Amino acid sequence: MDHVAALLVELGLLFLGLSLLGLLARRLGLSPVPFILLAALALGEGGLVPVENAAPFLEAAAEIGVVLLLLTLGLEFSATELFASFRRHAPSGLVDLVLNGPPGFVAGLLLGLPWQGALALGGVTYISSSGIVARLLGDLGRLANRETPAVLSVLVLEDLAMALFLPLLVVALAGDGPAQAAGGIALAVGAVLLVLLAAQRHGHRLGRLLSHDDDEQVMLRLIGLTLLVAGAAQAMGASAAVGAFLVGLALPASFAERARAILGPLRDLFAATFFVAFGLATDPGAILPVLPAALALAAVTTVTKIATGWFAARRDGVAVPGRLRAGTALVARGEFSIVIAGLAVTAGLPAVGPVATGYVLVLAVTGPVLTRFVEPLSARLVRAPAAA
Amino acid sequence: MPGVELEETLLPGVGVRYQMRTRSGQLLGIVVQREGGAEIAVFDRRDPDRARETFRLDPEEVDALAEVLGAPRLTQRFADLSREVPGLESARITVREGSPFAGRTLGDTRARTVTGCSVVAIVRGADVVPSPAPADALFAGDVLVVIGSAAGLEQLDRRIAGQV
Repeated sequence: MDHVAALLVELGLLFLGLSLLGLLARRLGLSPVPFILLAALALGEGGLVPVENAAPFLEAAAEIGVVLLLLTLGLEFSATELFASFRRHAPSGLVDLVLNGPPGFVAGLLLGLPWQGALALGGVTYISSSGIVARLLGDLGRLANRETPAVLSVLVLEDLAMALFLPLLVVALAGDGPAQAAGGIALAVGAVLLVLLAAQRHGHRLGRLLSHDDDEQVMLRLIGLTLLVAGAAQAMGASAAVGAFLVGLALPASFAERARAILGPLRDLFAATFFVAFGLATDPGAILPVLPAALALAAVTTVTKIATGWFAARRDGVAVPGRLRAGTALVARGEFSIVIAGLAVTAGLPAVGPVATGYVLVLAVTGPVLTRFVEPLSARLVRAPAAA
Repeated sequence: MPGVELEETLLPGVGVRYQMRTRSGQLLGIVVQREGGAEIAVFDRRDPDRARETFRLDPEEVDALAEVLGAPRLTQRFADLSREVPGLESARITVREGSPFAGRTLGDTRARTVTGCSVVAIVRGADVVPSPAPADALFAGDVLVVIGSAAGLEQLDRRIAGQV
């Protein structure tokens, strides 16, 4: 087969395989992300079947996948929702950060990673998967539950924290001296705050610039602008992911809904290739030695996430079963943990990859399973209504 | 609405959640989603934080449900409104057979010019025409929902009946 033919056949088989994995995941009520990661591990370097011809394409597509993932993350929540969550649940967000970041950081140091790698691992353990959690709440019919506003508020605040954490991580990973790092971080935080404020005031202008009756026009303009900003951010030493995230934040809520609908399928396609590329680049042989560490970390941060959800739901006056539901719903880690790990790996810290992969594989599966099972269990905790 | 226990919470990324405790003591949950769909939930008696049964409605079903609940309430709501503004009253004026305005338009009644009253809806059988325009036709049997002063309403009633 010539090169083009081999490339197309490999990609065709790959996407058909992803479709089957997606079906399987949905049937089991799980996120497809861990399945894609597992399959890609089996294929890639040190795996069973090498994917040679498609690899360069997948690497490029993976970059776009990260950009689209972060763009849609920025689009997910409106500024109003962000401020409302902050007013009501700022302490919950703080508890979330304090409980779930440090375990990853400490584990990173114990594993002998440099502090930048440990910082990345802290981010991996901190951020719940808003994709998995939001889908789970809908699937389990929990949207109307009283603990759900608390769960979603925690997710929004993690989103806000990502806006500050990502630039910070990128600057730290660039590995300049502490003085430059501090300067870079101040710059990054300033940029994020500036974008948030500008979005409040002038976001509607950006929305008007991008909107058009034709969906194709909206898609091309939006993707064009996002790639441009992402590229510029990358060139300036920040990360493309950060640039894309800022574009998503800057877009007004009125436009965001349409943008989400238009970008959805495209995001899913490229995000899947990102998970594939990440799995391909990770050596499955390197996961086994760190698997005990990943499991221990998963166990610890399962408990800390449950505590976070417990705390947040209790603030809203929710009873014990609801607090347990909220806590377990937040356990799932997924796409953004992989994005953070991917940043560390591309910055020259390949050791973060295997730990993060093992960790996400475990929690992307056990999180949803746990919260499913806690429901009937916690129902037994409440007394039957007094016989009337 | 006074006396109704309705609690509203933002559901970031999803929409808005309402929770209503009815006077009969039941708890009703409503999630209005950003995309226009909705979920209506009944809560577990043992664990009132948990939705036991959920109805999932797509945007069209939400519209249909809103219409079912909304239309008959319209006239009632104007009556409530007029009770809150001193001096403002509402009335239902029937266009009877033989009225000079049956078969003519609302504008022909010159209700506002002559009597100062506003016709806020025309009820025609099961249908309601909210905020009718001057060009809307009137037929015998229509009921006009009107707000205005007591004197103006009386004057309009006589006018529609053809007594002036």
